[in-house]
Amino acid sequence: MSVFGDDAIRRLRASPAAVPALLIIAAVVIIALLGPWINPNNTQTLDWLHVAARPTLQSAHWFGTDRLGRDLYARTLAGARVSIAIGLVASMISIVVGVSYGAIAGYIGGRTDHLMMRIIEILSGLPLIFFVIFLTVIFGRSESLLFISIGAVGWLTMARIVRGQTLSIRQQEFITAAVAAGAGTGRIIAKHVIPNVIGPVIVYATLTVPQIILFESFLSFLGLGIQEPGASLGTLIAEGVGEMEAAPWMLLVPGSFLAVLLLCLNIFGDGLRDALDVKEA
Amino acid sequence: MVPTLSVDELNIRFAHRTGMLEAVAGASLHIEPGECVGIVGESGSGKTQLFLAAMGLLAGQAQVSGSIRFAGNELLGAAAAALNRVRGSKLTMIFQDPMTSLTPHLKIGTQLAEVLVCHSGLSWTEARSAAGRMLERVRMPDPERRLKQYPYELSGGMRQRVMLAMSLLCKPDLLIADEPTTALDVTLQAQIMELLRDARRETGMALALISHDLAVIAGLADRILVMYAGRIVENGAAGELLRRPRHPYTAELLKCVPSLSGPRLVRMPTLAGQPPQPGEALQACAFAPRCPRAADRCRVEAPALAGAANAYVACHFPLS
Repeated sequence: MSVFGDDAIRRLRASPAAVPALLIIAAVVIIALLGPWINPNNTQTLDWLHVAARPTLQSAHWFGTDRLGRDLYARTLAGARVSIAIGLVASMISIVVGVSYGAIAGYIGGRTDHLMMRIIEILSGLPLIFFVIFLTVIFGRSESLLFISIGAVGWLTMARIVRGQTLSIRQQEFITAAVAAGAGTGRIIAKHVIPNVIGPVIVYATLTVPQIILFESFLSFLGLGIQEPGASLGTLIAEGVGEMEAAPWMLLVPGSFLAVLLLCLNIFGDGLRDALDVKEA
Repeated sequence: MVPTLSVDELNIRFAHRTGMLEAVAGASLHIEPGECVGIVGESGSGKTQLFLAAMGLLAGQAQVSGSIRFAGNELLGAAAAALNRVRGSKLTMIFQDPMTSLTPHLKIGTQLAEVLVCHSGLSWTEARSAAGRMLERVRMPDPERRLKQYPYELSGGMRQRVMLAMSLLCKPDLLIADEPTTALDVTLQAQIMELLRDARRETGMALALISHDLAVIAGLADRILVMYAGRIVENGAAGELLRRPRHPYTAELLKCVPSLSGPRLVRMPTLAGQPPQPGEALQACAFAPRCPRAADRCRVEAPALAGAANAYVACHFPLS
């Protein structure tokens, strides 16, 4: 990467909260991925001797069990994996679709731009919850449907941001020079426009991940997302709320996992924004 | 012989809420192969718009009529794909401001090589070494290192050299230089002009040199076109036109060129008045309000172009 990239990394290191946040995110991701190999319990096994057991280090259930005797540690990590996967996949969709859509609309401009932006407005006018409910009613509940429906709406803001950036880049002389050098529209968009919007795209994408994780948890909490016996942080929290008085750990364990993950992702996103937000390179 | 560029009856208008703005009106010009034509005129005289039209770079709302042919092929209304085969290879252009004409995030080598990969179908490796050789030809110091640098690491003069190298890569038939030295200081200006002269000698390309600076043009041009308010008012061989201008506007312009010899002047001579506002209806001679020779006829009747094909003047009362 260029000197500009080195500069950004240096500024990111200098920001006090971003680096610890990144380390915690990395730790959460690693624990979530390695979890099944560390923990003897699996997510589905019912342990009838320890139903709704409180967390202890002595027993095999470090975070306790739920009211069916399933190991909460294993289920929380499985939930975290689902949340992180959805966050990443939906952000990738939002980057790929949003960036190309926004850059095309912004660069071509005119009527194409009008039409493309009106489509975005219509899509963002749809109430997301009803959209997901309709989809689940029509296609049945499935994990992939959840990925698609969240991804389908997650790119709208990204496309708007990229279009705005593209509008200002399009005016710049190096674009005129590229046209004068005989570069076709596709080449100009791919090589001369999109790399110039990458800064805001990275920042917005990092801030999209926690939004999407939160939204998935919210859907799952309402029972629209991941279904039993699968687990996501949202479904675990929903179960935990039911047992809040008798077994508070069932709420607190997945709840704090989600809270820490979201907080760190947001702090890191903010740090990254500050690091990349340069007036002029 | 087919002229390299021939522009016939070109009109460029912009729709504006106050009416139509006429940027270029009825302009015709021909550039022969290997010829260097200088185009002078004040800011807003339409000289840049005329050549932007040839490159297909006019803003979207521009309305263009007339004809612009490059080596006999019509450029106006040509498909983008057809234009892209010509632009950047046989017909190239360099711009006024070298600081912003290079894509900031791509290395110099990549930007230069891209032109060759695009137009000549060379591999990236071949294109990169050709780019290095071209940088050497425009006398870029340390060309191999420059290839790996980003535009912001180069000075303005170096960037204009890169732009020039880029426009010469595919051996163009015509290079349009739109005020190539306006953003540079005087020493660099001389070097860039020298490079343009050498490039012409080596490749035999035609050159259209746009400038508001007569001194810049005088040193290089075979023929000079003078534009005023979107019209070509005088066209003549460079030496003849500079020595014996026939249009009063050309004469006034020449009077405004400061000279180091002769008595020291208290005031720099300037041309009184303002050029007509864009959108102003011009039935008569556009220069009449500022012309020392203007008569009643000039204020009612537009002068026709009089003279031979490549030596004409649009004036009722030309200087002889």
